[in-house]
Amino acid sequence: MTTGVIWAGIASIVATATAGDVLQSRAMKEIGDLGAIRQSRGVFHVLRRVVSSSRFMLGLLFMALAFFSLLVTLSWDDVSVVGPASASLTFIANAVAARIFLKERVDHRRWLAAVFVAGGVALLAR
Amino acid sequence: MTVRKYLILLAVVVFGASGDVCLGRGMRDFGAVTSANWRLLLTVLWNPWVVTGICLLVLFFCSYLTALSWADLTYVLPATALSYLLMALLARVFLHENVTPGHWLGIGLITLGVGFVATGPSLTVAAHNSPQEKSGASPTQVALHKGTRGDA
Repeated sequence: MTTGVIWAGIASIVATATAGDVLQSRAMKEIGDLGAIRQSRGVFHVLRRVVSSSRFMLGLLFMALAFFSLLVTLSWDDVSVVGPASASLTFIANAVAARIFLKERVDHRRWLAAVFVAGGVALLAR
Repeated sequence: MTVRKYLILLAVVVFGASGDVCLGRGMRDFGAVTSANWRLLLTVLWNPWVVTGICLLVLFFCSYLTALSWADLTYVLPATALSYLLMALLARVFLHENVTPGHWLGIGLITLGVGFVATGPSLTVAAHNSPQEKSGASPTQVALHKGTRGDA
């Protein structure tokens, strides 16, 4: 498999994992503090609210796509390349996507955190 | 941030790391899964380590979603990256895996990253709906919710 195809696989893992995280984060913010809802309405109400959220289910779908993209890409190259590259790039992509789509205030502290954690994960996963 | 919220973040770290380690331990009892022996995946589901790992990862997912309900994605992900550190330590102790100097450097970088984000606010965006509108939470709970948002 060519390097370009392998990086396309890694890009698809990063894109689908980031989409899943962003959609789930948005869904949870729409539902509200799950702990407070559980205290007032019970755990089954929380479960019903979560699984009835279309954004949450779409997020789950993207997470499943990320998982299968990972499996396919792992069949093309070593886990020591695909694992660190996809995990660390997902941290950076999440910071960018959260700023754009979730309007989170990603200040220099959060950028540094994302870069340090991404570097650490890349080293740890090798 | 309240003690309860720190405990939820701790639960994300502990359940995530221990769940992955249990899955790793369980999969050691089986050979590599390939297209030729994919039925092995059905057998794997009866392994007690794998079952325990799946249960722990379900708890991880519940605590992760709870954290996302009151904190930014860019706060939760780095703050819970300590699970990578815990996973390396558990893998060394229970699975006798080798932790190289490069791994320790990675652990140091992750810890620094967690330190950067943990000292900042947990939420920088307004919730789309108040808990009272959607859940019927008491005014006290709504005040508590707003208070924690205020400390962000």
